[in-house]
Amino acid sequence: MPEPASADATGGGSAVLFKDAAVRLGGRSIWSHVDLDVGRGQFVAVLGPNGAGKSTLIKAILGMVPLAEGSVTVLGGSPGSTGRDIGYLPQRRNFDPSLRIRGIDVVRLGSDGDRWGLPIPGGARLFADRRAQSRRVDEVIELVGASSYAHRPIGEVSGGEQQRLLIAQALVRRPRLLLLDEPLDSLDLPNQASVAGLISTISKEHGITVLIVAHDVNPIVSSLDGVVYVAQGHAVSGAPEDVINSATLSTLYGTTIEVLRSSGGRLVVVGHPEAPAHHADRHTGRTR
Amino acid sequence: MTLAADGLAWNPVDDVHQMFALHFMVNAYRAGTIVAVIAGAIGWFMVLRRQSFAGHTLAVVSFPGAACAIWLGLSATIGYFAASIAAALVIAVVPRSSSERARSEESAVIGTVQAFALACGALFVSLYGGFLDSLTGLLFGTFLGISNGQVVALGAVAVVVLAVLAVLARPLFFATVDPYVAVARRVPVRALSIVFLVLLGCTAAEVSQITGALLVFALLVMPAAAAQQITARPAASFVVTIVVAVAITWLSLGVAFFSVYPVGFYVSTFGFAVYVAAAAGRASANRLRRRPARGTRPGPRMVVGA
Repeated sequence: MPEPASADATGGGSAVLFKDAAVRLGGRSIWSHVDLDVGRGQFVAVLGPNGAGKSTLIKAILGMVPLAEGSVTVLGGSPGSTGRDIGYLPQRRNFDPSLRIRGIDVVRLGSDGDRWGLPIPGGARLFADRRAQSRRVDEVIELVGASSYAHRPIGEVSGGEQQRLLIAQALVRRPRLLLLDEPLDSLDLPNQASVAGLISTISKEHGITVLIVAHDVNPIVSSLDGVVYVAQGHAVSGAPEDVINSATLSTLYGTTIEVLRSSGGRLVVVGHPEAPAHHADRHTGRTR
Repeated sequence: MTLAADGLAWNPVDDVHQMFALHFMVNAYRAGTIVAVIAGAIGWFMVLRRQSFAGHTLAVVSFPGAACAIWLGLSATIGYFAASIAAALVIAVVPRSSSERARSEESAVIGTVQAFALACGALFVSLYGGFLDSLTGLLFGTFLGISNGQVVALGAVAVVVLAVLAVLARPLFFATVDPYVAVARRVPVRALSIVFLVLLGCTAAEVSQITGALLVFALLVMPAAAAQQITARPAASFVVTIVVAVAITWLSLGVAFFSVYPVGFYVSTFGFAVYVAAAAGRASANRLRRRPARGTRPGPRMVVGA
């Protein structure tokens, strides 16, 4: 059987497809029996309490964490084989304020940082691919609205501006899938709204599949196509209103959960177990 | 140990001519130039990677290495390299992590190694019955009696180090600035860190031979720190680093030739002056930037993209 046909059979129409997947780290089950289907071009949020394994889900898609059971298909291939087509923004703290490297240099690293050897000085005048590369870098910086501060040292710009530059870095290779781990974390509310707007615009206008890990769904809920909710070693997925409701989350957590809607339309999840330290043992069937 | 028997003629042409008539001064300039280039190149990455403390330790460790080699009747050069590279591998084994606790643990390990190395150096110097002169040379630098063989050895090591650095430069820069994304892009961040420490060990051993073990910072840190103040463009600050390192070295050797004080003192003093000037220049450029109504700013552009 030729390769493309088998890729089709395992989810040619999906950007990310988990089948009965499980991850174990250091003998501890992070989550198991996860089925997930993210369609191409969708904008999907990964939600859940701290330590539930949201970042692990992203790393499994990147092939940085192996599955203990089940399978995952990413853009029709195995995770890790499609690296060039994936843009990744890791969960992070901010850059050191004393780091004297310009934002544009950090963006450019997303394009050629993994290439060995040195670029020939002045090569942009000699080689078409170098010209195309620096045009692309300018283009993504323009796209995220970072042109006015891309030439300043990245340690000196604000958290929101750094986040925009890092989104530009993730976009520079024209990925088909964008994995963003808590891009709105540590931003103030106006910046959360504007970065969320930027991400949803990128997804809609460029047809890029976006998986965004978030603590708070409210800044992005209006533009989401789907939600993955990770908690208690399991995950449920579906349309936002089908997942973020009292019945679904109560089943997931195994305890009564209420989803309230404020007068402004904001969603509030009540009865959240904020200290999920004990949940992993339920699924491994043993205590550490 | 005054060398300038004829004294300073206050005629630059005569003075330079007089200096280069002496073969050991020619060798000092050859060795100094090689050391300055390699120290600038590796130092630029070291400052960016915040590994100055590790660099200092690798240099300090070269002191007992050299003292031990002399005691055993070997060449000091062999001692410098063996000790620094061995120490680089030891530091590389200590896991380097971004977490605060791991970082302080790393500096505790490095500090311990450093103190022990100095103590061993003092022991070896006593064992071979070294004179105060040679102790000063080992710790604070000397440019006397650099043989042709030593210049060739310095040059060969420098060529290898710079060649390896040229191949690694871009992924190393990526792993330094943005390690999390670099890991996701399959850049071997850990392996690069180990290779870089070995390169740093070689460089520290080379620089120690000119500036002395205690003043390696002058060439390894000061030019890079000053250049990164002057510009945030990576390529430009890299070039400025090497130019500053070479200029400081040439000037220091010249001044040291006509004076009685160790060359390491001059290298450190000029390096310090350049750094202070760069930091002050940047501070005043920032102040000018906050008052944009003053018209065009004179002098070079201190903050790129301002």
